[in-house]
Amino acid sequence: MKKYLLIPGFTTISLKYRYTLIAFLLPFFIQAQSLTDGIFMPKNNFCGGVMVAQDQFKDYWEGTTKRQNLNMGTMTMKSVGIMANYGISDKLNIIASLPYVYTQASAGTMSGMSGIQDLTVGLKYKVLKVKDLSANIIVGGSIPTTDYIAAFPLAIGNQSKTLFGRTMLHYLNANGLTVTAQGTYTMRSNIKIDATNYYTDKNIFSNEVAMPNVANISLRAGYYSHRIEAEAYIEHNATLGGFDIRRNDMMFPSNKMIATRVGITAFYRIKPLHDLQVVANYAYTLNGRNVGQTTSVALGLMMAFDFNKTSKTDIKY
Amino acid sequence: MNNFNIKIKHSLSFLSNVSILVLSLMIFSLISCNKDIIEKSTEWTELAPTKLDENAGNWKPCVLVNADDIKIPEALSTTTPQYQQELQEVKTAQANLTNSQKAAIKYWSAGVTLRWNEIMRALVAKHNLAPQNNTDGTYPIPNQANPFAYPEFPFSNPPYAARAYAYVCVAQYDALVAAYKLKQQYKRPAPYKIDATITPSVLKSDLPTYPSEDAALSSASVELLKFLFPTEVEFLTVKAQEASFYKMWAGAAVRSDIVAGDSLGRAVAAKVLAKVKTDGMKNAIGTQTLWDSLAANRNAIGEEPWKSMESPSRPPMLPFYGGVRVWLIPNVAAVRPAPPVSTKSAEIQKQITEVKSYTTNPTRENLAIVHFWADGTGTQTPPGHWNAIACDDIKKAQMSEVRTARNLALLNMSLMDAAISCWDTKSYYYYPRPSQLDKSIKTLTGLPNFPSYTSGHSTFSGAAATVLGYIFPSNKNHYDDLAKEASNSRLFGGIHYRMDCEVGLQVGTNIGNFAIQRAKTDGAE
Repeated sequence: MKKYLLIPGFTTISLKYRYTLIAFLLPFFIQAQSLTDGIFMPKNNFCGGVMVAQDQFKDYWEGTTKRQNLNMGTMTMKSVGIMANYGISDKLNIIASLPYVYTQASAGTMSGMSGIQDLTVGLKYKVLKVKDLSANIIVGGSIPTTDYIAAFPLAIGNQSKTLFGRTMLHYLNANGLTVTAQGTYTMRSNIKIDATNYYTDKNIFSNEVAMPNVANISLRAGYYSHRIEAEAYIEHNATLGGFDIRRNDMMFPSNKMIATRVGITAFYRIKPLHDLQVVANYAYTLNGRNVGQTTSVALGLMMAFDFNKTSKTDIKY
Repeated sequence: MNNFNIKIKHSLSFLSNVSILVLSLMIFSLISCNKDIIEKSTEWTELAPTKLDENAGNWKPCVLVNADDIKIPEALSTTTPQYQQELQEVKTAQANLTNSQKAAIKYWSAGVTLRWNEIMRALVAKHNLAPQNNTDGTYPIPNQANPFAYPEFPFSNPPYAARAYAYVCVAQYDALVAAYKLKQQYKRPAPYKIDATITPSVLKSDLPTYPSEDAALSSASVELLKFLFPTEVEFLTVKAQEASFYKMWAGAAVRSDIVAGDSLGRAVAAKVLAKVKTDGMKNAIGTQTLWDSLAANRNAIGEEPWKSMESPSRPPMLPFYGGVRVWLIPNVAAVRPAPPVSTKSAEIQKQITEVKSYTTNPTRENLAIVHFWADGTGTQTPPGHWNAIACDDIKKAQMSEVRTARNLALLNMSLMDAAISCWDTKSYYYYPRPSQLDKSIKTLTGLPNFPSYTSGHSTFSGAAATVLGYIFPSNKNHYDDLAKEASNSRLFGGIHYRMDCEVGLQVGTNIGNFAIQRAKTDGAE
């Protein structure tokens, strides 16, 4: 199987940023696919790349009521992220990602925002492998790298530091059929905003905001070969706590946020270009609460290097 | 090549080790963190007034003609069986305190006037939410007679909030002046001075306790707040009960003190309510014909009138609030500033260019200023922000209840006059916002739905800094700096021209000076 595993899947490299705040509405789907898939880089192999992504929505859920806001129009978040994955050993990978984010509203007078957002770092460990089935755990966290504004409809992020733990069951058989199921718990730190009071479901005289933690489950299934990978997935995210947006109120970082998304991912490795990997992802929000009905597209290029060898041209699968 | 790769490999493993370390630190810091938010005022200690102000009954009230306008029954003599029974009730209460009563003692003993101010600001924040449009593109208006129906009454925007703060603070002050007057008339001491077996759980005071100042100011507050925030009656009733009785639970007042204070507070409130109900607020919203006339006035002289940048177009916020009755200034015309530069002038183009320079690639420092002073939806509003600043400094100075109420009344009368004057100016000149004259200006905070000239934040801040600078002379420069920053925040945010901010600040200062004139003659100095 190892030959399929050299370059980790990269589907929702969307990172945290894709969902983080296109207008606050999706601040928690997280991380590079390599943190959510079951594929490991072999020891001393490194994979790095760049991903561009766009997330957009016009409809959003204000509490459970679906609506549009004519003073915002279509909200767009564009991002460019770098991502890296290194095999400390065949069973232990370290993965990091960092995006630059740009936001914009198509209507109204509100200014978009842009800047470098949060650094995510994770460790992925293969606990056991029995035939085609492996069990993995992933722990990691994220930290804002710049002092961007958090409480603003077009903010690029929410400034919360996070810590996440994930358990994953990954199945991949000799024919390349694969199924992955995982569950994640993300702790989020309180944040500071540039204000003296704010209203959630009550008034609070403080600049500190308590951020609810987040749970996530997902199921993905598809086909892996050396040249091509293709997967479909469904995921469900929910903050554990938080409050509903009141009628005609603004979104707020500590809102209750729930979303169910479906998506597809495809990779292709271009042989004449030293197996340069092209990644594409598409996802759509089916249902949610205090989030946008987001359509996400992403495209990326990834390249792998094997430092066990004398040069990258010697890479063997 | 080999060496190069080995180097990279070494740096990568080094990076991995660093990352693992960083991760462990993050784990530690997150696990050890506590999510509870501590509001600063929960840590306020018990009020220990530096001055008793026992003669405040001679201070000049705001609405009452004389401090002794209100009559209450004569105080029971401490030797009567009925009073002795009340002492027994105090002892029983002290011996059987519930946890919520203990919490109430701790909460209210920090200062009853300050606590009501905080409660009122929280109510403003809760109700500070603009109604959503109807499907036909019109906007519903909150209805005081049917306050629970959408949109809930009130929408406590800055002018509404300024009025609420002013009337409640005035009622509190007048109730306290009347209460202090009667205290000196009856001179009935605290129960622990009559019965040595009573040990109060609050600080002892030489102030006579009949009638209770806590009950007087709480009942006055609640009667006003019920009118201003009619959906909150249940919540307010519970708070007023606690505020009125906490000193009895603490061994520092008897029931008849509280009953007398309550009836005094209600009587004062009735007089203030008669005033608030006839202050002209009901005409502040206007009608389509009146709104159209504001634009027509400007078109007639060749000026571009303000228009709503919201979609669907929203009527301006309370455009005839300028007609509401003022407190301190003679009338709005007396403080109305000179006209702004023409919407077609080269000068306004220069000012537009300046606005745009602030919204293009804003500095983080400017963004922080914009957001710190934004005080928009879901907040206590700019007048509330200045009340919060005042309350912090009053708390530090440990002012008596009556002096606290007097200073907050002065502050809030000037803030309401600032609102009235500024809203008069806004409708009088009906000047477009920067984003209307230059569509490419994108704002860093919400664009308020009313005319630009002059800035409300600047007018409020000029008035507040002037009044507070008079009350706390050693902080004067600090308040002026805050006011300047609040004023600039609107320019930095791209929602006001420099002229709106500078003129607003001047007019506000002017209004603040009227409050100082009153302060010099109200007998409190």
